[in-house]
Amino acid sequence: MSEPVQAQEPLHAEEATEINADVDIAPADVGVPVVPEGERLLEVDAVTLRFGGVVALNEVSFHINKGEILGLIGPNGAGKTTCFNVMTGVYQPTSGSVRYLGEPLGKRKKFEITKLGIARTFQNIRLFANMTALENVLVGVDAHHTTGVGSAMFRLPKHRREEAEGYERAMELLTFMGLERKADELARNLPYGDQRRLEIARALATSPQLLCLDEPAAGFNPAEKAKLMELIRTIRDQGYTVLLIEHDMKLVMGVTDRIVVLEFGRKIAEGSPAEIRDNPAVVAAYLGVDEDAS
Amino acid sequence: MSTATPAAGSAATTRRPSFRNRVSSLPKGVKIALWVLFAIFLFLLPMLNIPFVTTEGSDFGGVLFTVSTYVLVALGLNIVVGYAGLLDLGYVGFYAIGAYTVGVLSSQHANLSWIVVVPIAIAAAMVSGVILGAPTLRVRGDYLAIVTLGFGEIVRLCLVNSQWLNGAQGISDIPKPPSAPLFEVPSLDWSGGAPVVDLGTTSTFLKFGITDFVPYYWLGLVVIGLVLVFDILVKNSRVGRAWEATREDEDAAELMGVPTFRFKLLAFALGAAIGGLSGALFATKAGFISPDNFVLLLSILFLAAVVVGGAGNRWGVIVGAIVVGYFPERFRDFADFRVLVFGLALMLLAIFRPQGLLPPRRTVRAKRADEREAVLEEGEPNV
Repeated sequence: MSEPVQAQEPLHAEEATEINADVDIAPADVGVPVVPEGERLLEVDAVTLRFGGVVALNEVSFHINKGEILGLIGPNGAGKTTCFNVMTGVYQPTSGSVRYLGEPLGKRKKFEITKLGIARTFQNIRLFANMTALENVLVGVDAHHTTGVGSAMFRLPKHRREEAEGYERAMELLTFMGLERKADELARNLPYGDQRRLEIARALATSPQLLCLDEPAAGFNPAEKAKLMELIRTIRDQGYTVLLIEHDMKLVMGVTDRIVVLEFGRKIAEGSPAEIRDNPAVVAAYLGVDEDAS
Repeated sequence: MSTATPAAGSAATTRRPSFRNRVSSLPKGVKIALWVLFAIFLFLLPMLNIPFVTTEGSDFGGVLFTVSTYVLVALGLNIVVGYAGLLDLGYVGFYAIGAYTVGVLSSQHANLSWIVVVPIAIAAAMVSGVILGAPTLRVRGDYLAIVTLGFGEIVRLCLVNSQWLNGAQGISDIPKPPSAPLFEVPSLDWSGGAPVVDLGTTSTFLKFGITDFVPYYWLGLVVIGLVLVFDILVKNSRVGRAWEATREDEDAAELMGVPTFRFKLLAFALGAAIGGLSGALFATKAGFISPDNFVLLLSILFLAAVVVGGAGNRWGVIVGAIVVGYFPERFRDFADFRVLVFGLALMLLAIFRPQGLLPPRRTVRAKRADEREAVLEEGEPNV
């Protein structure tokens, strides 16, 4: 069991990871009907979610159109992540429904919703820490694979084909994210920014129609944030629809097509970035109301 | 280890340091030759009578067979604990079900032949794994450990109290596998200080008798080889990745499209099947089984083998199983103190090798990366 000497990259590379925007990472055809550009992809319809006496979401309704970048913003505790959780099947709404591709998600399991084309990242990074970057992405690609013990045991053609396809798509995604040279690093050993990008790559690997990013810029400095916004735009241009939760208003204004604002579990505004910026309710939610002036 | 996947095949061009390279970077022919030599050495081990290694007090062939059942059990339990991350404290239950299936179908209530009975024993253990897993795999972590602990004890108590299974008296006269005596293998005699071929003491290939346990050991080795190949092929596929993802973060895995419950159940069933196979081999060699053979302590020893070796690394758990199975027999001279010595050895291991003797690649690599990180954080002296 000798260890061959490997040329080793420094863990925290001096140069920032650059994305390769020209790598084709368009969603693979996974048998889910593709919605035409501009049509409604997902509709949140009067969703209410109660935890005991706490109303986490109160009659929230909005929709996401195919091909847009929708921002979901609001102060801390407004219910943004809860909204994500309802959309990805983690919670069942107390009332109301989430319609995706025209059909209610109903009681579908989390992995079934992922297979239908909704993928997400997490506010606090939740990679498979002790697996390599490549393996993390492969798990995402595997979502649409069906190799079982039998095919794996006898190395049937299905296994070979799926492994080859999966490896190719995973490496494309890693290359797109500029992580191809770190494919064999354990996820936990990647620098923070790379972990964030790897999580997005893993979500993209499931070939989603809708990519939900939960505060992808948390912990980034302004330069990194700007790069991330560029990345999100590139991802959209490659054929994905993006739902973005973000705190940083400047950033959200710069990248989104439309914005939905939540406060205390209620939707208080919806519109283009310019409309949201001038909306008094939003300003009040974020800055507070000046009592003397009122 | 020559099961190149398409991924590994295209790896050379993309500078992907495959972990297979770690086994050795020797040419393929040399590697195969080394493996063959190693296999021959293992097969001849009981004949070589190597001084100090060979147990004095008890029959070495029998000890080696016991070790081989431990190795088999450890490989099975490694799928459950090491790959899928499910803590199973009742693994002896499956071992017992495998053994008793053989006992019931070949001695107690029927006279089916060994060849037929062993696959049935594997299937029975697998079905019991599914029956236990389907309701219990919905609980996690500590809770699962407690439920499985209960399962192991329930199986034993059922054996003790069932008249149909002959209760505490157990089942005897379990028939041997069919023999085909072809040739005799002589052993070495070291009594003169140098090895001399002793044609008087031989083992017959292949005669499953009641005095010479070496053929059972050979059988165990072959089965271990088959299970290892199975393990390598399945681990290095979508199934293995799904297990690892589930172990790392069950919720995230589910949200990445892994049907975690299904894969946990699969791990449980496969682990149980291998445990049942091991129990079946044990019953075959022993010829007599009773509920006393399947006590809780055995579950703990099995788990100790996996943890001591390094959960998640198949080679590690094999070493762990050898440690747990062999050392108590080797130090039989110390009588009751051997358990004390064994416990002390386990404690020392826990202190000095908390990740196991051969930790899985993930911990080896993580450590190496941590070291590099430490160097980087200290900074270059010339900057």
